[in-house]
Amino acid sequence: MAFVVGGLYAAAIYMILRRSIVKLVIGLVLLSNAANLLIFTLADMSRGAPPLVPLGALQPAGAVADPLAQALILTAIVIGFGVLAFAVVLIHRAYEVVGVDDMDKMKDTDT
Amino acid sequence: MRPEVALPILIPLLAGALSLAFWRSRAMQRGIGVVGTGVMMLSAWVLLYTTWQEGYLVMHMGNWPAPFGIVLVADLLSAIMVVLAGITGFATAIYSLATLGKRHEHFGYYPLMHLLLAGVNGAFLTGDIFNLYVWFEVMLVASFALLILGGERAQMEGAIKYVTLNLVSSALFLSAIGLLYGLIGTLNMADLADKIAQLEDPGMVKVVAMLFLVAFGIKAAAFPFFFWLPASYHTPQVAVSALFAGLLTKVGVYALFRVFTLIFSLEDPFTQNVLLWMAGLTMLTGVLGAAAQYEFRRILSFHIISQIGYMILGLALFTPLALIGGVFYIMHHIIVKANLFFISGLIYRLKGSYELRELGGVYRSHPWLALLFLIPALSLAGLPPLSGFFAKFILIRAGIEAQAWWLVGVALLVGLLTLYSMVKIWSEVFWKAAPPSAGKTPEPRTRNDALLYLSIGGLALLTVLIGLGAQPVFVLAEQAAAQLLDPRGYIEAVLGGEA
Repeated sequence: MAFVVGGLYAAAIYMILRRSIVKLVIGLVLLSNAANLLIFTLADMSRGAPPLVPLGALQPAGAVADPLAQALILTAIVIGFGVLAFAVVLIHRAYEVVGVDDMDKMKDTDT
Repeated sequence: MRPEVALPILIPLLAGALSLAFWRSRAMQRGIGVVGTGVMMLSAWVLLYTTWQEGYLVMHMGNWPAPFGIVLVADLLSAIMVVLAGITGFATAIYSLATLGKRHEHFGYYPLMHLLLAGVNGAFLTGDIFNLYVWFEVMLVASFALLILGGERAQMEGAIKYVTLNLVSSALFLSAIGLLYGLIGTLNMADLADKIAQLEDPGMVKVVAMLFLVAFGIKAAAFPFFFWLPASYHTPQVAVSALFAGLLTKVGVYALFRVFTLIFSLEDPFTQNVLLWMAGLTMLTGVLGAAAQYEFRRILSFHIISQIGYMILGLALFTPLALIGGVFYIMHHIIVKANLFFISGLIYRLKGSYELRELGGVYRSHPWLALLFLIPALSLAGLPPLSGFFAKFILIRAGIEAQAWWLVGVALLVGLLTLYSMVKIWSEVFWKAAPPSAGKTPEPRTRNDALLYLSIGGLALLTVLIGLGAQPVFVLAEQAAAQLLDPRGYIEAVLGGEA
């Protein structure tokens, strides 16, 4: 898993550094997924131990997977999705207004 | 259970929902805009007063006890920040009544403004680090939409940079939270502060601290992460710029203050050195960038950066006096900076340009406006008896006491260069005769300018009041800094308090 996360981060940064704004957004998608997967990996993946409390008991029997990490990831996925939807619309509008798909030609506001 | 802690978040959320419900009615949205932000400001004052009287206020959301559920915590720093957000929000709402065109108001300016304020207040009040991330995102999404409202070319280009860098910062923040959770297994800030001391792996803690530093540094526009700010802040409507300039970067600064006093200790010389360098370079690059600019709002944008440097300096020196200076500086800065943006918008209405070279003669035609400009401008540069003088004075005194000579020198030099920039604006815009080809034709004065003068004058009055009544403000900052320096109080209030 660690290698997958690392690979995702590397790919994301590579894509963000490209000049095309479409690739920039793809990079952002990868970056948010890499962060989600990182949380998932760090919070101790345990296989086949759902955090369920047996009927009538007050605490689960034995060690279970940590459900909080999944709640965090779910929140982060929802937020990430909303933000990325915005980013996609933004690059579409920006392409319509500016007429290029090249970060190097978007320097009007820098000088 | 203290419901008043949640009010500054709930009121703008409610106002935002209401103005969404009245999507078609401009009059209703404008009314809700002013009333909603006004009530929010009142609730913020109440919160500050109660915090002043009773100390920490803690609210456990959904009655879950502290380390498990999400808590809202108001200490003095949070309450001060919420009050400042209220003041800026209210002034912006009044200002936007007179400046925004139909086009902007019909595309949801007011609901977005309320949501932005809710996000900002949520970030100030939460006591849970993942919740802080969520509020950051609420604030960011609202700010993205506000930034491109209007859809001009410059706005699109600015927005791409702004969105990208802020999303990268959010991803880093999220990664840092993940690492921290993996290390310690809790998200409650008080609980984190309690348990991080017992950790035997200082290297990992340092890595996480640096990730937080970079994430918040991007949001606060500190060196070397500030590039998105001057590329985007001058593109939207002036009311939006002022709101951003007053509040958004300061949320990053607040997060730095919170995380590096509560969770990560600055007694570690490595972290402190990084912050000190960051502070000095932020001050210097910001002011040098401003010196090269000839566009009103871009000069102001660069000055935000150099001012952020002062605030971080207050945190980085990490003596009681320096923290007081930092808190004082934040109070002074938010009001002054929003006001300067308001004035640039008013001058645009009068003269039809933001370019200093095309402007001129405002002193002759509007002497009172010139006076209103001088108050925040000289305060920004730090001339007595205005608020900026005391803020800078405390910080520099703290620097001398800590024997950080280089930083004191940089801070003084930056103050001088700030004065240079402000004098440049003064002589170009107000003093020199209007150029013969006086730019484009001014916008027709369709609506009442009195509203603009009202918000500008109100903020200028506050600047003078902070300057003249510096003693009570200083005591307030002193208390807030004392709370920051004593994280035990915060931890006990959250974990050991009423459930």
